[in-house]
Amino acid sequence: MLENQQKLIHTFGALAELGHEVAHKQNFQEMIRTSLHLVLGSLAIMRGGVARFSRFGHELNMLVMRGLGEDFPLSLSLSQEDERQFLTNGLAPIEVSQAKILPLLHVYDRSFDPAKIELIVPLIIRDEMVGVIFLGKKATGEPFSSYDKEIICAMARHIGVGIAQRNLMAELERRAEENRHLYENLRMTYKDTVKAFAAAIDCKDKYTEGHSERVGKYSEIIAAELGYDDNHVEGVAIAGYLHDVGKLVVDRNIINSPMRITASENAQLAKHPSVGYEILLPIHHPYAEVPLAAKYHHERLDGRGYPDGLYDKEIPFIAKIVNLADSFDAMTTDRPYKRRRVAEEVIDDMHRNAGKQFSPELVTAFCRAMLKELTNDKKQKNFRRLLGKDYLNSETVVPMLKNVLNARNATSSLTLVASE
Amino acid sequence: MNIEPNVSVQLVGETATVFAGDYINKLSGEKIERECQRQLNSGCKTLVVDFSRTEIVNSIGVSILLGVIDAASNAGAKVVFSDINDDTCELFETLGLIGHVTVQN
Repeated sequence: MLENQQKLIHTFGALAELGHEVAHKQNFQEMIRTSLHLVLGSLAIMRGGVARFSRFGHELNMLVMRGLGEDFPLSLSLSQEDERQFLTNGLAPIEVSQAKILPLLHVYDRSFDPAKIELIVPLIIRDEMVGVIFLGKKATGEPFSSYDKEIICAMARHIGVGIAQRNLMAELERRAEENRHLYENLRMTYKDTVKAFAAAIDCKDKYTEGHSERVGKYSEIIAAELGYDDNHVEGVAIAGYLHDVGKLVVDRNIINSPMRITASENAQLAKHPSVGYEILLPIHHPYAEVPLAAKYHHERLDGRGYPDGLYDKEIPFIAKIVNLADSFDAMTTDRPYKRRRVAEEVIDDMHRNAGKQFSPELVTAFCRAMLKELTNDKKQKNFRRLLGKDYLNSETVVPMLKNVLNARNATSSLTLVASE
Repeated sequence: MNIEPNVSVQLVGETATVFAGDYINKLSGEKIERECQRQLNSGCKTLVVDFSRTEIVNSIGVSILLGVIDAASNAGAKVVFSDINDDTCELFETLGLIGHVTVQN
């Protein structure tokens, strides 16, 4: 009686420890290794192993073994009949001596005999096979009693749940990775489509080839300088790429006119922001403000812009960024009716028009980004690549940018003092 | 706190005595197993596991001791369990470990 009581305490101790192990262990391999120790130690079984079932390869892959010998296979192929029998059997331990009908035992008899396997326990969780436990003989040499089998069955259920949880996590991780990959592909496709669209827009205008792409890049520079996160910077760049999409419906002759256009032609051209908005609005962009940038990129802070003559705070911020990028490109590229302006003039123009046409904050950010590049604070050469390497003369442009930034800082301090 | 348990070994001729700690669980048990395997690999013919300081052996400890017995049997060595307390001795008897070793008190 005392003997049975001690055995009972020992076995229940093992069961309790196994439950804790499966529920709390973070390391799967360690959990399986400890679980096998607990199964073997609870009933003093001389040897054993735990295998995980792969339903893709229809095989059992050994996760841990004790005393099965070096020749025991690390992977065992299962036939459909093996799987069927295991599923029908459930979690109950199968005695090898009475289960010669299992094809597995015939295929691997040369491995099972020396390893002295006596029991095979299929790990069936929610009608799915997740693995198998192989067990050798007991240290007493006695056959497994029905009580022993009940204990093994309870422990097998714990281990099976542990493996099923791990499988579930692996599947979730795989799907998450697949989704990340799909999302990345989709994003690349979106960006490529946007760039192709930008090229198509610029095709209409032989003088401004690459304009949309440059506006995209300048917008990106401004957003990055403002400290936006990568996603936000990308959204602003996309808005720059697509800002002129409305020009697709404007007559090519108006766009390419070598002289100043007439009032009626100008009226047609002035429709392109609203048309662009209509084109972009039905598209589900990852960045919601893209259509707004197209619609309002010709608005000015002083209300003299178009199409709606909005004032400062009424203009979406993204449209202010694209407006500055667009104007900068217009001033720094040759047009049918005028040559591009020198850098110093362009910087002066931006400075003078800060607060009227352009947002002062954005002029500051743009000048700061340019100064950083020219003074080698940044390794990137965005401006030189977009403007040509000789356009920005550091000797004259750097002092000018510093003056503009000092003036702008002084203005913001005064504004701050005034508002206080 | 994860403290490496102290398992000491005494070697006399071909007999190695491994002194187990107060509680044989996974941490201490695996150290005993590694030490026993090392002694068997060095040609030890009698492996004495001294339990004089051992109060409790859990299921993991039993599994590890079975591994020691198996390894010794494969190496043609004899295993001796010495100074087992009454409770542990009773447990080993119930589980059938005693049949594979020589008990010495």
